[in-house]
Amino acid sequence: MAVSDAAPAPGAVSASASAPRARALEFMGRRHRFHLAEALPWILMIAVYFLFPDRVTFGTQVLIAIMFTLSLDLILGYAGIVTLGHAAFFGIGAYTVALLSARLHWGEPISALVAGALIAALAGFISGWFLLRYRGLTLLMLTLATAILVQELGNYRSDITGGYDGVPGMEIWPLLGLFENDLFGRTYYIYVAVLLLLIFYVIRRIVYSPFGQALTGIRENVRRMHAIGSPVHRRLVASYTLAAAIAGAAGALFAQSTAYATLGVFDFDNSAKVMVMLILGGAGRLYGAFVGAPIYMILEDNLAKLSPAFWQFGIGLLLVLTVLFARRGLLGIAEDASRYFKRKP
Amino acid sequence: MTAPALEVQHLNRSFGALQVARDINLTLERGARRALIGPNGAGKTTLVNLINGALAPSSGRVLLYGEDITRLSQAGRARRGIARTFQINQLFRGLPVLENICLAIGERSGECNNLWRPAGSRRAVIDEALDHLDSLRLVEDALKLVRELPYGRQRLVEIAIALAQKPRVLLLDEPAAGVPSSESHLILDVVASLDPDIAILIIEHDMDVVFRFARQITVLVAGAVFTQGTPAQIAADESVRAVYLGQEGQTQHG
Repeated sequence: MAVSDAAPAPGAVSASASAPRARALEFMGRRHRFHLAEALPWILMIAVYFLFPDRVTFGTQVLIAIMFTLSLDLILGYAGIVTLGHAAFFGIGAYTVALLSARLHWGEPISALVAGALIAALAGFISGWFLLRYRGLTLLMLTLATAILVQELGNYRSDITGGYDGVPGMEIWPLLGLFENDLFGRTYYIYVAVLLLLIFYVIRRIVYSPFGQALTGIRENVRRMHAIGSPVHRRLVASYTLAAAIAGAAGALFAQSTAYATLGVFDFDNSAKVMVMLILGGAGRLYGAFVGAPIYMILEDNLAKLSPAFWQFGIGLLLVLTVLFARRGLLGIAEDASRYFKRKP
Repeated sequence: MTAPALEVQHLNRSFGALQVARDINLTLERGARRALIGPNGAGKTTLVNLINGALAPSSGRVLLYGEDITRLSQAGRARRGIARTFQINQLFRGLPVLENICLAIGERSGECNNLWRPAGSRRAVIDEALDHLDSLRLVEDALKLVRELPYGRQRLVEIAIALAQKPRVLLLDEPAAGVPSSESHLILDVVASLDPDIAILIIEHDMDVVFRFARQITVLVAGAVFTQGTPAQIAADESVRAVYLGQEGQTQHG
């Protein structure tokens, strides 16, 4: 039986295979490089600053929402961790800033931001260590419960947190000791945009790293990951901790930019909203947050003006349409469309 | 003294009152080609799960090259050189074929701990992955998503991932299952030409394949080892015939 020559040993490269081989090498080597189109969101950010100077405060909130959504993308979009408690980390970041300022009289923004991210990371590490043994619906419920627990803890000690009325007497010092936030919030727009760029760069590195590849492996098939020797739990906890840190940073920026924090930041609404933003833009595709968050925020803003009572109907309709017709989010549609037009000469 | 590649000693496992593994003893010598056969529900896949750590035994030991690995996790065992394939594909369906292989290499070498270096810049890993694909004639499909491949080629990816782990012990759970016979010879050729140093345990229903490939056969019935021997011994064994083909014989008797 001629079996020995049916499959050449590894290393034996046949001439016919070298063309697809070169193609594969080129594709893999090119994928993580920056494309020109990736400058677009950043150009838009600069344009908004100059074109809509009176809307920059709102713009800052959009940038914070993008950062928050980006953190969820890392765990939900890439690692496949479903969570309805992501607002917990946003809230912890916000409350770190608020309590540092109101109780300990420390209003220096950058150190408070770092503290917010670190404490949120710690909370992510501890809760993730316990919760990430579970998956799917169980995990969904447990993350939801964790966020409620944190919120209730804040409510229980409302003497410290100020409860749902918010932390009184927050004072944020000028940025770098130089730049006071002006009436139109221009300073904070730039501050948040620069941090978003930094955080985006870090997430982008992670997503294209071997670690990021392993996260997508866990999302695609966790059974096989165990079988090929992946320390799945460790990988999940690491990504969850990172995402918590970034969500914490977003929360800290929220508290600093609005000089305000109430227990409302821990609301289920907030966890659900960030998930809607991500799904709307497209999960697991790096730029989904840059599409979903602004569209959601602008829509929410305009619909609320149009109909203060029924604006949520519009958001709901949009989500239903997305889930029905654009499972991969708006970016998924864009991708399909560009493929379609490329095929047509 | 040289320990065998894999030793299973007095392995038991029950789910409540249901005993799915009863005092199983099994040895894979280095470079072994052992087939595991038995009627449906005999516990063949359960045994694979017990060996690779997907299931913990109720009692008994598993030794890899003399080292007791009974208490190690599935991932720990994989890193020590136990690889398996699945009866029903367990692939990273939404990823390109090439990345399926790169993942196995990255987890083997520990490179997946790296959060910063672009995965695409690891030329050595990609080259190795392409070599594995080449040996299974899959290079053409390297950039296709796994779910876009026909089932027979997906079965090859299933094996390619296991090979990329550079295993010392390979457990093949019906590698040609679900593949039309016109294509299954491709997979079985691959299996037949695997590195002679790897100790292989193969679960297979097709007796032609078993007798062609295996040098030893273990017959599993109702969670226990019924008998073991060379293909010639098993073929001549009347009692194996009775349990394995028995139902057919009995219905004929009435």
